[in-house]
Amino acid sequence: MSSSSSEDEKSREKSWARPISRLSVTETPAGAINLNLEGRQVMSPLQGFGPLWQKTYRIPLQGVTATPAEIMAVWKERFPEFQPAGNHFYPSVAGVQPGEIIFIESTVSPRPGLLPGIPVASGVMVLYADDVSFTVMTPQGFPESGWNTFSVYSHEGETWAQVQSMCRATDPVFEFGFRFMGGSRFQEETWQYVLRSLAAHFEVTGEQVQMTRVCVDPKLQWSQARNVWHNAMIRSMIYMPFHLARRVVRGKT
Amino acid sequence: MSSAKEVIMNVRKVDETTSIIDIHGEVTGYAENALMDAYTQASNQKTRNIILNFSDLVYMNSSGIGLLVTLLIRAQRQKQLLLAYGLSEHYKEIFELTRLNEAIGIYDSEAESLVAAG
Repeated sequence: MSSSSSEDEKSREKSWARPISRLSVTETPAGAINLNLEGRQVMSPLQGFGPLWQKTYRIPLQGVTATPAEIMAVWKERFPEFQPAGNHFYPSVAGVQPGEIIFIESTVSPRPGLLPGIPVASGVMVLYADDVSFTVMTPQGFPESGWNTFSVYSHEGETWAQVQSMCRATDPVFEFGFRFMGGSRFQEETWQYVLRSLAAHFEVTGEQVQMTRVCVDPKLQWSQARNVWHNAMIRSMIYMPFHLARRVVRGKT
Repeated sequence: MSSAKEVIMNVRKVDETTSIIDIHGEVTGYAENALMDAYTQASNQKTRNIILNFSDLVYMNSSGIGLLVTLLIRAQRQKQLLLAYGLSEHYKEIFELTRLNEAIGIYDSEAESLVAAG
């Protein structure tokens, strides 16, 4: 193998996170809550409870002259800004880089049609990142087990931005929420919002987000029901008041 | 030699119950049709083991790993075992990181994978 192809291979290997057995939080970004992350294992779609869904959302970026790499650079840099209200993302200082943790605070609705109200503090690990895509992997306790890939690509002369998730609900509580409490619709609307926000940043408005859903595996994995022990929503409800109180006290001293 | 977005998959039938898919090139999202077509060729009613040969893998990204999950589900649905050999140390680590190694047996050689297939 030539030295340049060997160097190329080494460079592409760096697109992947280094192997870890459990997440380790070295620094918490300003404003973020470090909860449901430290010591957690990462979860692939194989370790979740609910049916395995592959959902693909994409939007055409008509008339945008920026390259896919340039668009992705903006997406990574401004990732938190493109989220709907109530969804707070806090990348680490290093940003969207392989192995880094993105802290997340969001709220989920206790009932369909109600405004979101239940806090969920957790995060995701950047599993993979290159110049036109990045993939995040969820930890134990996160509502979903699996991966979300964000990508920008050219196809037949048009540029597209895409979010693709391959996930299962992590435990029976979250599966119930996704299936009966509007969770799936809320999640789908969130990713559609993100793509429209990204498009609007590049002055593309009025485009519809195209969405496809494929149920890769309809089976419930009852052996993974024990994941509920790490349920981030339940633990957030228990620990969040203490975290917030601690913040207030630290702010005053 | 495969181009950047090209992957070639060859299917070898070892016996009635075991098939090997030789992967040449890059496994990315573009490889979906090739991989699924190869699986269709490799699998029949008597197939119990599908072995993936990664010896000639040039590169795999996260979309490629996602394809392996889909392949695994298809195999499991047919009560087939999915095994792999020929992964570099880097990609063995990736299989550990993504926890695919918990469902796909990883071996150092074709011979070892065939022994494991039984």
